[in-house]
Amino acid sequence: MKNITNLKEFACTPDRFQGGHRLCPGCAHSMIVREVVNATDDDLVISTATGCLEVCSAIYPYTSWDVSWIHIGFENAAAAISGAEAMYKALSKKNKLYNPDKRVKFVAFGGDGGTYDIGFQSLSGAVERGHDFLYVCLDNENYANTGGQRSSSTPLGAHTTTTPRGRVSYGEKQRKKDLTMIMAAHGCPYVATAIPSTKHWKDLAVKAAKAIETVGPTFINALSPCTTEWKFKPEETTEIADLAVETCAFPLYEIEDGRKLRITYRPKVKLPIEEYLSRQGRFSHLFKPENKWIIAEWQKQVDEYWDYLQRREEAGV
Amino acid sequence: MAQKYELKQREVWDGNLAAAHALRQAQVDVVAAYPITPSTPIVQNYAQFLADGYVDGEFVMVESEHSAMSACVGAAAAGGRVATATSSQGYALMVEVLYQASGMRLPIVMTVVNRALASPLNIHGDHSDLYLGRDAGWIHLIANNPQEAYDLTLCAFRIGEDERVRLPVTTNQDGFLVSHTAQVVEPLSDEEAYKFVGDYKPKYPMLDTKNPVTYGAQTEEEWHFEHKVNQHKALMESFPVIEEVFSEFEKLTGRKYNLVETYKLDDADIALVLMGSAFETAMLAVDKAREEGIKVGLLMPRVFRPFPYNEIAKKLKNVKAVAALDRSAPMGTTGALFNEVSAALMANGQSAIMTNYIYGLGGRDTTVEHILEVIKETNENKKANKRVTPLQGFINLRGPKLSFN
Repeated sequence: MKNITNLKEFACTPDRFQGGHRLCPGCAHSMIVREVVNATDDDLVISTATGCLEVCSAIYPYTSWDVSWIHIGFENAAAAISGAEAMYKALSKKNKLYNPDKRVKFVAFGGDGGTYDIGFQSLSGAVERGHDFLYVCLDNENYANTGGQRSSSTPLGAHTTTTPRGRVSYGEKQRKKDLTMIMAAHGCPYVATAIPSTKHWKDLAVKAAKAIETVGPTFINALSPCTTEWKFKPEETTEIADLAVETCAFPLYEIEDGRKLRITYRPKVKLPIEEYLSRQGRFSHLFKPENKWIIAEWQKQVDEYWDYLQRREEAGV
Repeated sequence: MAQKYELKQREVWDGNLAAAHALRQAQVDVVAAYPITPSTPIVQNYAQFLADGYVDGEFVMVESEHSAMSACVGAAAAGGRVATATSSQGYALMVEVLYQASGMRLPIVMTVVNRALASPLNIHGDHSDLYLGRDAGWIHLIANNPQEAYDLTLCAFRIGEDERVRLPVTTNQDGFLVSHTAQVVEPLSDEEAYKFVGDYKPKYPMLDTKNPVTYGAQTEEEWHFEHKVNQHKALMESFPVIEEVFSEFEKLTGRKYNLVETYKLDDADIALVLMGSAFETAMLAVDKAREEGIKVGLLMPRVFRPFPYNEIAKKLKNVKAVAALDRSAPMGTTGALFNEVSAALMANGQSAIMTNYIYGLGGRDTTVEHILEVIKETNENKKANKRVTPLQGFINLRGPKLSFN
C-alpha cells in the first residue's frame, strides 16, 4: 500500500488513474477508484462494467488508465475479470507469465446498475467460483450514466427519472436491496462497505488494501454520492457521504468469511435521517406534509438496521 | 505439465469427442464454458481430460453462456489461448459478447454444435445459431463429420491467432448428426498436433502489466466506422491465410480443405449449394441422379464467414440452375445461402436459375430421396431454361405442399 497520509495526496497520485477523465465535477467515483488502485503496490488488471466510470475514462483515442484495463459490457465485469484471473493462474502454472517478478492483482468496478441489477448473476457466479479478485461497487443508487433511472439500489422515496415524484407519487416505492449482506452470504472471505470521506478516508483505503491482499473473492460496496442525480452541490460530495454514515443511512462495517461482522465506524451521536435526506434534491418532496410518513419510515428502517448490525457484531456472527 | 494422451492411429470418435481432443491437443490456457445440449459432451470430455491430468490449463465452469464468452474475452485479452463450446440458446445468449470478442480482435476458438433456436424448444440440429452469429465478425468454418470437426478445430487456432488475422473462429458441426455420431477419426499425435497449432503468440496482453493496455474503449461517430471497417478488412483479407493453413494441414495429414468444397461439379449443368452433414447425404443423391443421366454437382462454402463469393461464382460458372438449401428458418425472406449465392453470381456478371429450399429444421430428417427430388426439380428448371418450380420450397415438411414465389 502506498504511504499516503491524507486524502489530498490521493488526488495527487494519478499514476494509475489519470485526471482529465470526463466524470462530473464532484463525482465520487474517481475518488473511490483512486483510493482503491493506490491501495496496493502490486500490478493491477482492472475490468469495468459499462457505466459512468467506463464511458468517462476510456474514450478513444484517450484513456485514463495506466494499468491494464478492460470493459466488455454492462453485465459482465465480474465474468471478464474472472477470465483474466484464470489466465494468470494458467500462465503461472505453465511458467509463461509475462513479468514473473511482479504479482498481479485483479479488480472489477461496476455501478449499482451493473452490480445490483444486470451484472448480479455474473458477480454471484465469479464469487462462488472463488476467483482471486476484488469487486468494487460504485453505488450511486441510480443509473446515472443514462440519466438517473432507478436501480434496485435506489432507496425509498427517492426521485429518479423512472420513479419520478408526481401528483400521485412520492418516488421510489421499494427499499434499497441489501447487496453487501447478499455478497457476505456467498461466504466471501472479505466484504465491506465504504464511502469517499474526508473524515474517514482511511477507512476505504485500509479496506481496499485488505480486500486486495485477501486471497479469494472480496467485495466492497462503496457509496458514491452523485452530485448530478442526487442534486447537491459538487463541492458537497464527501460531506453528503459523511452524513450517510453519521445518520447510519449507510453504516461502515466489514464481514470476514461471510460471518464475522465488525462495525468500522460508530457515530458518537447518531444524527436524525432528515440531516441526510434534506441535503439532497432527490428527497426534497419527502418534506411535504403528506410525505412525512416516509421520513418516519426511513428513520425506522435505519434504526432497525443499525440495531441489527450492532447485535450481530456483539454476538460475533 | 500435461500428460501425453496415447492415441491410436484410428479412433472411433463422435464429433464432440473429436472437438474435445483438438482443444486438449492445442493446450488451451483457459476454457470457460457452460454446458448445453448437444455440445455438452465437449465440456464433459474436457473436464475428464483435466481430471486425468491431460490438461494443465484452467477450466472455468461459469454460470451462463454470457459469462462463458465474457470470461473468454477477459482471458484472451489477458494474453493466452482460449476456447469454449456451445449450441443454440447458449449461442444466442452469447451473441452480445461475440461481437465484443471480434471487435477486440481476440482469437478465441469456439466449437459450435449447431442446434435449432426456440420457440418451440428443440434440441436437434439446424443452422439457426450459425446464422444468428453470421454478422458477429467471427470466422465460421463448417465441418461435416467428426474427422472434419477435429481437423478444423486445430486449423481454427492457427487461422485466428495468425498475426494477419487476429479474429475469433467458430467450427460448426451439426447437432447429433455429427456431434453424437461415432465414426472413424484419424487423429494426429499430441506432439504433431501441438506442433501444427504452435505456441500462442500474444498481442497486447493485459498481463504484461509493464505495458498496460486499454481494451473495450468507447468510440463514437469520429472513430467507430474506421474500427469496424478495419475489422471487416481483416475478415475479407483472411482468405489467403485460411488457404495457407489448410495447405499446411494437407501436407501434414493428406486431408485437403478448401474455401469452397465441391462434389462432381466440374462437368455439371446444375448444382446444389448446402452446408453441413446434409452435404454427405447429397453426395449419395448426386451419384444416383448421375446414374439417371442428370449432370448435377454440389458446392459448399467450407468457410461461411468470410463468404468466398468470388470463389463460389467461379465454381458455378457453367451451371444453368442452382438450388440453395438453407437449414435455418428464413423468417420472412429467402434463405441466407440463397441470397448470398445469388449475389455472388450477380456480382460476377453471371446468372443461373436460382431456387431456395428450406430443410432439416429442428433435426427433421433429410434423406437421399428428398435431395434427389430437389435435384430433379432443379433439372426441370434447367430443361425449361426458366424457373418452373417455386422460388422457395420446403423439404420433408408435413401437411399440404407449401411454397412461395
